[in-house]
Amino acid sequence: MAGDTLTSSGYIKHHLTNLTFGKHPDGSWGIAQSAAEAKEMGFWAIHVDTMFWSIGLGILFLYFFSKTAKQATAGVPNGLQNFVEWLVDFIDESVRGSFSARNALVAPLALTIFVWIFLQNLMDLVPVDVIPELAKLLGIHYMKVVPSTDPNATFGMAIGVFILVLFYSIKIKGIGGFAGELTLQPFSSNNVLVNILFIPVNFILEFVSLIAKPISLALRLFGNMYAGEMIFILIAIMYNAGLILGLFGGVLQLGWAIFHILIITLQAFIFMTLTIVYLDMAHHEH
Amino acid sequence: MNINLTLIGQLLAFAVFVWFTMKYIWTPIMGALETRKKEIADGLVAAERGQHEQELAKERAKDVLHEAKSQAAEIVAQAQKRAAEIVDESKDTARTEGERILTAAQAEIEQESNRAREHLREKIGELAVAGAEKILRKEINATAHKDIVNELAQEI
Repeated sequence: MAGDTLTSSGYIKHHLTNLTFGKHPDGSWGIAQSAAEAKEMGFWAIHVDTMFWSIGLGILFLYFFSKTAKQATAGVPNGLQNFVEWLVDFIDESVRGSFSARNALVAPLALTIFVWIFLQNLMDLVPVDVIPELAKLLGIHYMKVVPSTDPNATFGMAIGVFILVLFYSIKIKGIGGFAGELTLQPFSSNNVLVNILFIPVNFILEFVSLIAKPISLALRLFGNMYAGEMIFILIAIMYNAGLILGLFGGVLQLGWAIFHILIITLQAFIFMTLTIVYLDMAHHEH
Repeated sequence: MNINLTLIGQLLAFAVFVWFTMKYIWTPIMGALETRKKEIADGLVAAERGQHEQELAKERAKDVLHEAKSQAAEIVAQAQKRAAEIVDESKDTARTEGERILTAAQAEIEQESNRAREHLREKIGELAVAGAEKILRKEINATAHKDIVNELAQEI
């Protein structure tokens, strides 16, 4: 548990602080010892825990899937191959359903997004104190185990998707076509002068809707996971408040965890589906 | 909750993961799925062909059986005919043989009766001579009348 000397707000803050490695204001490099120190490091710092867990989970995913893919036969599939094939088939069907152009990148991208986000979210079901307490035994003071509660992770993926959206918009429609899409609609007129007057209005509207894509992607996932994590932390505080409240907290945690299984899958699925839809829009004229 | 270098790190990791998935996971698995799909389709086609061939074979077997049956019937009919012929032939043979035997027997019987008649004639002659001898013993000499007796015996 969080220890008796910590207050509830301290406990929550502690749980929401990443293990940050970066440049101290005095010029030396090292691990931040407090949330304030981490903030002072500014942009040139890295969340070691987020990187470790997300890349670790990603490698786990890639290891099992590529191992299966290497042994994949057209004959009778074994258990793991069956599972992987089922998932691949499911992703393939989703991509076929919402993506009408031909692009070999989209389906593997969707698979990566779905499985990676699902695994990141899955860390939320590990009781909030287990891994941080183990890390404390190893001398690591801060440990935030759910990468998708770190906006860096969600924005990293969303910006990756956004770069692809921009790339394919320009590749398919050309710079002129893409610029036209941003400036010549939704308002247009047969009169050229009026059209020119419409350009700034159109651009403001279209630019907002364009920029809203990655932001909504990232913030939706981050918000859902952050809120879920916060509720787990709040439930965990109840364990310190006596036997009856502690037992009640246990029931709550179980209920919330079961409900959360739905949320983590749903969020991974939404991120994947919206990525497919955004890329589909990038491939088509409006 | 600070935005920092982690963002770039996550972006790079994401790009590498997508590239890896595309190259080493998606392509081989889709390949295996496609191959299996094709194999199943081929198997279904082969099964259908097999069924069709079986039907044809059944038809052919039926034809062969039919032909064999008619041939067998023909053979039986021929055999029956032949048997009847053989029976007729043997009947004819038997009849001629019987007739031949009958003729031989009749010839033998005639011969035998001729011989018996000859024998009887001789016996009667002797008896007549003996009778005449007895009658004539008293009156005539046997030797004197022998010629007459023999002449009589010849005439019988």
